Amino acid sequence: MEYFLTEEQQMIKELAARIADERIKPVAAELDEKGEFPWDLMKVLAESDLFGVWLPEEYGGLGGGVLEQVLVVEELSRACSGVAVSYAASGLGSYPILLFGSEEQKQKYLPDVASGAKLAAFGLTEANAGSDAGAIETTAVLDGDHYVLNGTKQWITNGGEAEIYTVIAMTDKSKGSRGASAFIVEKGTPGFSFGKKEDKMGIRASATRELIFEDCRIPKENLLGREGMGFIVAMRTLDMTRPGIGAQAVGIAQGALDVALAYARERKQFGQPIASFQAVGHMLADMATEIEAARALVYAVARTIDSGAKDFSKESAMAKVFASDVAMRVTTDAVQILGGYGYMKEYPVEKMMRDAKITQIYEGTNQIQRNVISLELIKQAARKR
Amino acid sequence: MQIIVCLKQVPDTTEVRINPETNTLMREGVASVINPFDMYAIEEALRIKESLGEGEVTVLSMGPPQAEASLREALSMGADKAVLLSDRAFAGADSLATAYTLAAGVAKLGEFGLVICGKQAIDGDTAQVGPSLAEQLDVPHATYVRKVQSLEDNKIVVERMTEDGYEVIELALPALITVLKDINQPRLPSLKGKMRAKKAEIPVWGKEDLDVDEKLCGLAGSPTQVVKIFTPERTRECRLIEGSAEEQAKVLASELKKII
Repeated sequence: MEYFLTEEQQMIKELAARIADERIKPVAAELDEKGEFPWDLMKVLAESDLFGVWLPEEYGGLGGGVLEQVLVVEELSRACSGVAVSYAASGLGSYPILLFGSEEQKQKYLPDVASGAKLAAFGLTEANAGSDAGAIETTAVLDGDHYVLNGTKQWITNGGEAEIYTVIAMTDKSKGSRGASAFIVEKGTPGFSFGKKEDKMGIRASATRELIFEDCRIPKENLLGREGMGFIVAMRTLDMTRPGIGAQAVGIAQGALDVALAYARERKQFGQPIASFQAVGHMLADMATEIEAARALVYAVARTIDSGAKDFSKESAMAKVFASDVAMRVTTDAVQILGGYGYMKEYPVEKMMRDAKITQIYEGTNQIQRNVISLELIKQAARKR
Repeated sequence: MQIIVCLKQVPDTTEVRINPETNTLMREGVASVINPFDMYAIEEALRIKESLGEGEVTVLSMGPPQAEASLREALSMGADKAVLLSDRAFAGADSLATAYTLAAGVAKLGEFGLVICGKQAIDGDTAQVGPSLAEQLDVPHATYVRKVQSLEDNKIVVERMTEDGYEVIELALPALITVLKDINQPRLPSLKGKMRAKKAEIPVWGKEDLDVDEKLCGLAGSPTQVVKIFTPERTRECRLIEGSAEEQAKVLASELKKII
């Protein structure tokens, strides 16, 4: 398909693809098995300037946007989505600064994110606040020139590895979700520590940990935007990054299709390649069709955002929901096509199936995404009357 | 310090086609890449520059106009400048004429501290251009370098692979080394490097630009004449020896005696 990428976007896609094929693919199974954070690969991505593709040039980026970021995430995910999400989470952790930070905060933090010298992470989820993000219990209390943070964030991607954390905490519990605020917290701040590293089903190369705040004092200038804006910061950030989850899903699915197609052409049963059997051929056809549809939607939403659209929660949710459901179906079918081999760890598709599952869950479950979409539909219909 | 890396653009395939009349490579229709061994040379030059914290890496290639693409790739990895030596008069050069022309290019580039080449090109496989260039430049050289131990005070200390180990050699600078793939892992290009490389001007120097005698360049200056290039025919016969073990051994022994 022709997606009319600019020369620069094509360059970004090709470089990310080269890193995926030459550097990530050979180590993906090992990273998965050991659950080791891929620092070597983060360094390769940093040296290739890929961390900055979506950031403005004045902060050391290449001046691209969501589409550029999506191209990188998709290519990396073809090889290993655990690596891809570690890359993408740095974007998730720094979008709040780009969107809501003061000029000083942007100058202080974004160049290091753009160069890949530092990773970022985003801390919203808590044990009792998943889909119900308004239920967060972490608090931030102003005390002189500092905010004092207390509470625990859970399942934070890049936790422990990142240097820069954007964290949502309650500054005024009585106001509910309007009492939340967003803060920048640097690793190494006294009172800020990390909990256990989670042992996950998939994306095992990525680090997922708790962020623990015990009377953690941060300078009050680390507040992002104003007090009470925390929920808006979080929602606007997630609107920007959901196409990235869609891209991750497209990449995983494409990787699985590539393996399944190659296998189906080689594997012979009843004296002929199994690809020649219509039952298998039609599965491959459906997989390829769904992937292309998902990719087209993800790119279109990314372009919509980059064009300066104001409200794109619905579209962003659609890209995430559709692509992640496609990834789950495609990877499951890939395992089916490889049969017994597909179920074994010697072949890469079982990992892809495990990796695909999380895309239906994180950055808002697909059920929550459907709530967002349907609510927007109803709101828009009501406005027309 | 100026570090010069010589690189060759080669066909990216093991099934190269040969022009039956000239017995030279037919490059048309075959994708081209930087000679893989030269990638290690580029990487090593960049590492030396980074460790010194100063200097300039210049990539130099002799070849047809399309070799510019390989020079651009070297620039995208981080080389500072690139020069292409290209002229009809340079075409058909053997390793001697190539080294002669490259030496004239190096001379025009001015003062240098180190020249780095890959140990050999994967198409010609001669491994002669590096050492031959060192002779033309009248500088010391070490081939098959697997590690640069140190570079300081106008000298370089390298480990040179031999068949049964390695030698540690100290060379006075300026010098030339040819490197093995053991020496490093070449980096990938960066996006900023690619964008810079796209815009970079790559001067093309022909015979008029260099201080060369045309008779010593290209086919005219090549004492090596390729008479014929062919894949040797391998004939293999398989004969099963029958009979008891004793009889078989006897026949086998007499057959072996014939060969010896």
